[in-house]
Amino acid sequence: MTAYLLKRLAIAVATLVLASMVVFAVLEIIPGDPARLMLGMNASAEQVELLRNQMGLNTPLALRYLHWASGLLSLDFGRSYTYSVPVIDLVRERVVVSLPLALIALALSTLIAIPVGLFSAGRRGRAGDTIAMGAAQLGVAVPNFWFALMLIYLFAVWLRLVPSGGFPGWSVGVWPALKALVLPAIALALPQAAILARVTRSALIEVLNEDYIRTARAKGLPYRAVLWRHALRNAMIPVLTILGLQFAFLLAGTIIIENVFYLPGLGRLVFQAITQRDLIVVESVVMLLVAAVIIVNLLVDLSYAIVDPRLRSRQ
Amino acid sequence: MSLLEIGNLSLSIGGTPILRNIELSVSPGEVMGLVGESGSGKSMTALTIMQLLPWVARATGRVTFDGVDILAASEDQMCALRGDDIGMVFQEPMTALNPVKTIGEQVAEGIRWHTRASRADAEERARKMLDRVGLPSAQFPLSRYPHELSGGQRQRVVIAIACALKPKLLIADEPTTALDVVLQAQILDLLRDLVAENRMGLLLISHDLAVVTEMADRITILRHGEVMEAGDTARTLSEQLHPYTRQLAQASMHVPARAKTYEVGQGKPLLQVAKPLLQVERVTRDYPGRRTSLFKRSAPTRAVDNVSFSMISGQSVALVGRSGCGKSTLARLVLALDEPTSGAIRFRGQDIAGKSEADLKSARRDMQVVFQDPYGSFDPRQKVERLVAEPLHVLERKPDSAERREMVAKALHEVGLSPRDMDKYPHEFSGGQRQRLSIARAIITRPKLVVADEPVSALDVSIRAQILDLFAGLNQKLGIAYLFITHDLTVARAITDEVMVMHDGRIVERGKTSEVLDHPQSEAARALVTAAPDLHRAIARRLREQE
Amino acid sequence: MTLRFDLPEENLAGILAKAFRNRSFLAGFVITALVAAVALLSYVWTPDDVTKLVIADKTLGPSPANWFGTDHFGRDILSMIMVGARNSIAVALVAVGIGMGIGVPLGAFAAVRGGLIDEALMRLNDLVFAFPALLSAIMITAIFGPGAINAIIAIGIFNIPVFARVARAGALAIWPREFILAARAAGKGKMLITLEHVLPNIVTLLLVQGTIQFALGILAEAGLSYVGLGTQPPMPSWGRMLFDAQTRMVVAPWMAIFPGMAIVITVLGLNLLGDGIADILDPRSRRQR
Repeated sequence: MTAYLLKRLAIAVATLVLASMVVFAVLEIIPGDPARLMLGMNASAEQVELLRNQMGLNTPLALRYLHWASGLLSLDFGRSYTYSVPVIDLVRERVVVSLPLALIALALSTLIAIPVGLFSAGRRGRAGDTIAMGAAQLGVAVPNFWFALMLIYLFAVWLRLVPSGGFPGWSVGVWPALKALVLPAIALALPQAAILARVTRSALIEVLNEDYIRTARAKGLPYRAVLWRHALRNAMIPVLTILGLQFAFLLAGTIIIENVFYLPGLGRLVFQAITQRDLIVVESVVMLLVAAVIIVNLLVDLSYAIVDPRLRSRQ
Repeated sequence: MSLLEIGNLSLSIGGTPILRNIELSVSPGEVMGLVGESGSGKSMTALTIMQLLPWVARATGRVTFDGVDILAASEDQMCALRGDDIGMVFQEPMTALNPVKTIGEQVAEGIRWHTRASRADAEERARKMLDRVGLPSAQFPLSRYPHELSGGQRQRVVIAIACALKPKLLIADEPTTALDVVLQAQILDLLRDLVAENRMGLLLISHDLAVVTEMADRITILRHGEVMEAGDTARTLSEQLHPYTRQLAQASMHVPARAKTYEVGQGKPLLQVAKPLLQVERVTRDYPGRRTSLFKRSAPTRAVDNVSFSMISGQSVALVGRSGCGKSTLARLVLALDEPTSGAIRFRGQDIAGKSEADLKSARRDMQVVFQDPYGSFDPRQKVERLVAEPLHVLERKPDSAERREMVAKALHEVGLSPRDMDKYPHEFSGGQRQRLSIARAIITRPKLVVADEPVSALDVSIRAQILDLFAGLNQKLGIAYLFITHDLTVARAITDEVMVMHDGRIVERGKTSEVLDHPQSEAARALVTAAPDLHRAIARRLREQE
Repeated sequence: MTLRFDLPEENLAGILAKAFRNRSFLAGFVITALVAAVALLSYVWTPDDVTKLVIADKTLGPSPANWFGTDHFGRDILSMIMVGARNSIAVALVAVGIGMGIGVPLGAFAAVRGGLIDEALMRLNDLVFAFPALLSAIMITAIFGPGAINAIIAIGIFNIPVFARVARAGALAIWPREFILAARAAGKGKMLITLEHVLPNIVTLLLVQGTIQFALGILAEAGLSYVGLGTQPPMPSWGRMLFDAQTRMVVAPWMAIFPGMAIVITVLGLNLLGDGIADILDPRSRRQR
């Protein structure tokens, strides 16, 4: 098992290093001089050159990469070109919106999808299954930002139950803040839940065709007990894989959803930074999101080993 | 009174009739053998008794178990019977156990479910049961997972699950078909003992007449969902009153007629006898061990260990051994589909080990292969013409399409198929016909050697007899030498001049087929011979016992 | 994810006959064909001219003259949806083409070579997967400028590892089969076997994945256009229409409802089509009949 975990860990670290190189390289080739951008068109060439030196833009590429990467490790992301504050401060401000949003959405999606998947697999081919899977089929097809607009129209414009956008901040209290996250979380979660429910159902049905399910039935266990005791755990592996992938989707989804709801989260930060060419912010936030995805995938790999004893003893 | 009474049972699945008017009974302590070829409805009969059929199945007639009307019983009633009064053992031990649960949990689960025993009590009973089926606690603690066990050991766990609550009836559906003969004999012994100990009724389902004859008191022979003949095992099989019974029995013991045989004089050096066709010299094949950590690997597995042998033209040699003894690896080495770690393989004097595809072309022309699985050995996307013509790829001069059709037609004719079959897809053929296609593909280049890896073990006995005849005929007509890889001694006896016995990667015995099979010298060969079910012997013993 | 499939053993006629008995396939096929037909129709006819701006007619509700209403420039929404369909389909289709064209050879190659090359290719895949696709698409379009072409490239790049994975997994399932061994025993090289035996047997698998990626591409294009990085005005696009609708939800909800439904119906059709194909080709679904 240690070998398996070490291998996974090594792969995660290698991917992270490669990803940081890619992010760094991509933003290096972007046209436009950040120093010129900060000083404006009226600045003289000498002024620009001076700032370039100050910003370290004239040192060799490899050195700059190392400097940047070691900064990342100590959470020193540098200073934002446009806001002139440390990037870490910007991130800290925004992450308290994005992270809870992504986590609530993930929890919501899982809590809806797994029971629906179990329900459907247990009633395969019957009316309940057909209705649930029809709804899921529809859910998969709905773009989350359009769904968000419809939610706003229904709950904020019509029923006036929740605010249509904006975020009051956690300082005003947990409840108003959560209330502002409810619609965005639902908009993010439901399309994902639809996908997850379909995967759960098909994984369960696949497992239910296995020989050991028949062995369990021949023991005298009723169908429901077989589903819970034997099928569910075996079906968890594809479900975990999709959960891992969905985390990446949710992170990306927050970028658009935060724009729909005017939430001051990381997604909006990166989007604004791109339009303002604030590269250091873009680099940092993208790296942060990529690191989050890689860590979540590592956790998924670890959970495989918990679910499946064959992985624990092999490799 | 009988424990299980089946009367006038008919079954259809989705409108397709599967069983018709089945009559069958099992008494306590009795072994009933249910025999038939594939598609005869044996397994469906078992699943009907268990009520584990797909929901589109419709059964009519009468199935009474211990006074309970099974066909009318509710699902709750059936759950109470299954695993408690009726146990079932399945064919495929590798997939019959849940991979994420320990063997202890899986054996104890049924005990807890039916008796409401505490976890500790259930585990204690599970422990006793595992001890009983030959899995002692020192080597096989309850915490073992199925993947840590071999096929034979897993089948013992499945039997432990089925017999944990001392059921009145045990249904065993092809319990040993996936195991080699030695394991088969052990599992059959275990079943026989468990039946005697607990006065269980045993419904033993098998395609193998010899296995059933050794085990069963009475026998029921099924064909196309109908009972052909039923009665006392010894009498039914010795009298062979029903034509189908006779056909089955004869096919099981079939020996193709072969006029010429090719033998190598014992003790004489081979080169003096004839120019060898194939020479295998001190061949070893290691597979790298599993990575145990980032830098360490466990010791490599030696699949083939210092093997040397040779064959002459036209000779038919069997390579027999238990599963995992390395015989299939050796076949791949001979076919140059895998490279030996050390040693030399020469085919018609040409070295073929570790050569490039281009260098192998001439050897490939003269060496072809027939695989076990008649379903997996054809690309389902291609028509028969292309499939059978595939080996023509190695010819120096590629035939044009008319010549190609001509050659395919000839090959099809030689294996008893019609040239018209050329434009069909493989799925339009039955298993036996597909094996004929496989042979047609193997002989189209007029090879000198055909390596056949278990070519008849997936076939029903009557089809098997026909395919063995075909092999024998082609050997006589075309002088093709065979290397027959098989675990089945009857096949070896039927069609080969010589036998090589392989054990743990080595060839431990070689000699004339009849001599090795009648007077095995090595321990491995003796084990194989004693364990192999033999219909003649089994009938004779049954008759003796009755006198 | 475990990948299970088997080879259909019918010829084309048999598969087609089965296809049109499959409800999912039939519904998906009809919807997809309809969307494609509407997109094609828009080249020769739309109810109204989408380049004509009539501010006097702005944000009119649905009426016999404008079935789906008009937008803030007085353009007919139905006409815009029709023209937007071409755009969505073109972007998603080309992106699938890029993904298949590069991903499938890579995956098949990795399966053939195994060892270090396989490992390296798969790690490269992991790397691409680590970037949330939409985020990266936003980055790419932000760097190279917004527009349909860059949207295609951005979406296409993220299709590559998907197809590479499917092709590799499919090929790895085919390679150990006996008919491959038979082909090797017939002296055929690995390239030839890949072309003759492996690829034909994973085509169906790729087809299913193709419909899924097509649907995801439609969604991604809409998302990019919605944030202003995809198709640029005045070319109508579904995502852009939703962006324009957002601030006018109170006065003109139809501006959001109809383009969104167009997306939902198109994606639904493609997903049903993919499900249908998978159903038809899965021997286990056939067994139950």
